[in-house]
Amino acid sequence: MSARRKSVIPGFGLALGTTVLYLGVIVLLPLCALIIKATDVGVAQFWMILTAPRTLAAIRVTATMALAATAFNAVYGLLLAWVLARYRFPGKRLLDALVDIPFALPTAVAGLALTALFAKNGWFGAPLDAFGMSVAYTPLGIAIAMAFTSIPFVVRTVQPVIEDLGTDVEEASRSLGASDWQIVRKVIFPSIFPAFLAGCSLAFARCLGEFGAVIFIAGNQPMRTEIVALLAFIRLEEYNYGAAAAIACVMLAMAFAMLIVTNLIQVWHLRYLGRGD
Amino acid sequence: MAGKQSQAQRMLTPVGGDPLTRRILLAVVLVVSAFFLLAPLVLIFASALSQGLDVFLKNLTEPATVYAIWLTLLTALVVVPINILFGLAAAWTVTKFDFPGRTLLIALIELPYSISPIVAGVAYLFVYGTQGLLGPVIEQLGIKIMFALPAIFLASLFVTAPFVARELIPLMQVQGTDEEEAAVTLGASGLATFIRVTLPNVKWAVVYGAILCNARVMGEFGAVSVVSGNIRGVTTTLPLQIELLFHDYNVVGAFTASTVLAGVALLTILLKVVLERFGGDEVGSGPRLH
Repeated sequence: MSARRKSVIPGFGLALGTTVLYLGVIVLLPLCALIIKATDVGVAQFWMILTAPRTLAAIRVTATMALAATAFNAVYGLLLAWVLARYRFPGKRLLDALVDIPFALPTAVAGLALTALFAKNGWFGAPLDAFGMSVAYTPLGIAIAMAFTSIPFVVRTVQPVIEDLGTDVEEASRSLGASDWQIVRKVIFPSIFPAFLAGCSLAFARCLGEFGAVIFIAGNQPMRTEIVALLAFIRLEEYNYGAAAAIACVMLAMAFAMLIVTNLIQVWHLRYLGRGD
Repeated sequence: MAGKQSQAQRMLTPVGGDPLTRRILLAVVLVVSAFFLLAPLVLIFASALSQGLDVFLKNLTEPATVYAIWLTLLTALVVVPINILFGLAAAWTVTKFDFPGRTLLIALIELPYSISPIVAGVAYLFVYGTQGLLGPVIEQLGIKIMFALPAIFLASLFVTAPFVARELIPLMQVQGTDEEEAAVTLGASGLATFIRVTLPNVKWAVVYGAILCNARVMGEFGAVSVVSGNIRGVTTTLPLQIELLFHDYNVVGAFTASTVLAGVALLTILLKVVLERFGGDEVGSGPRLH
């Protein structure tokens, strides 16, 4: 009740009640139901489901392709953020707006478009096929779909930090005779590193849970191009609810782990910026 | 003399500002972005119109597609207003008051954002499905939630719950409570304070959050495909209809239906750009992590 003493603004009870009730019904109830269902399975059975070759393969494919996608986005996203924050060029506004496309475009639509682009007869698929490279219906396709849906995380986290970065330290190091490369390595990169890391971890987390964009382009072959989210979906359609619950629980655990990692990085980042509390 | 001048120029040129580096970086970014971000969008419209405008319009007015568009609009109409109200209540709670557990509550509000939509869908099934926690009760009451419209609404509520709140919380945190306290001290009621003081300060952020929420609701695929049961003509929202058409080998039809959602996406981005100019600091003012 200390809250009421501190604030003269009324409505605390109503606002808190509404928020907690809504979160309880919409968010917590389903998550609890999922966990209860997963505990129903029993430890031995749970372990069996998780260590089944097909589940392990799905986890491996999802994790490695998410890593590959994040690595690509780390490089491309950083360059994109740099160009948007530091350069002036015609069409800059358009490029800036373009960065939001993966967030605004539904994942199913993105998946469909990427599949058509990279299919053997597609705009990109045909020339790649001439070099003997296939993307659609291979793990590489999964990585591309994941990279597409998660690129804004890296750009939008790093871009404002580069914009805020004053040029005074840069000028100081230059007047002391530092080369461009030295400045990038010793001044600029350390200042944007926490934000960069936070963006990458957000992107990675998104990749792990992505469904719509991936299943179109993946080809969904068990053991080869099947992602964890799809496996949970398939187990549901087979009415194997225990297995679906177990796999969904693992995904939930991965999401929580990434949430903690991201939050730790963000706390570090805010402290770095000198406005942490 | 010339040496001194170029030295001075070098001092003024920021890192990566010399013409060569600049050109190379710009070229790389623009080319990759054209292939990676722009091409999918162009392809959607090109494929939809590949057989001419007549076929495009015929595909677009196909009864199943029209129904899917209607259902998607209906879902947005139900979900967006509820999540605006939730977002306002949640942001008001965590920014105007200090109470134990506040940080935990903020984390909870953000939670759906980090959970895979598939997990959300599966979780809902274990609440309202026949095998679910509340399944028997619901069956006795004779209500149908799973594999019907209520499930689509609920799953959409889950995945978009943080959207409005996320825009409001950083903004209202910066704004503080001074104005509200002044209003209350002058005798305004809580509701009047909220409507006449708080709301005008955050109105563009609310609009922006609602637009983002709407785009996500209309495009949600994973969670909805789990809970809807994929019943043709009954629970097929637009993204599900696109998948159905694609699996029926009606690729042009699938891309035609996609143009509607791509249009919504473009409109969302356009409104974002407009609001950022119009709403100034209100839109996207907080730390843009996320």
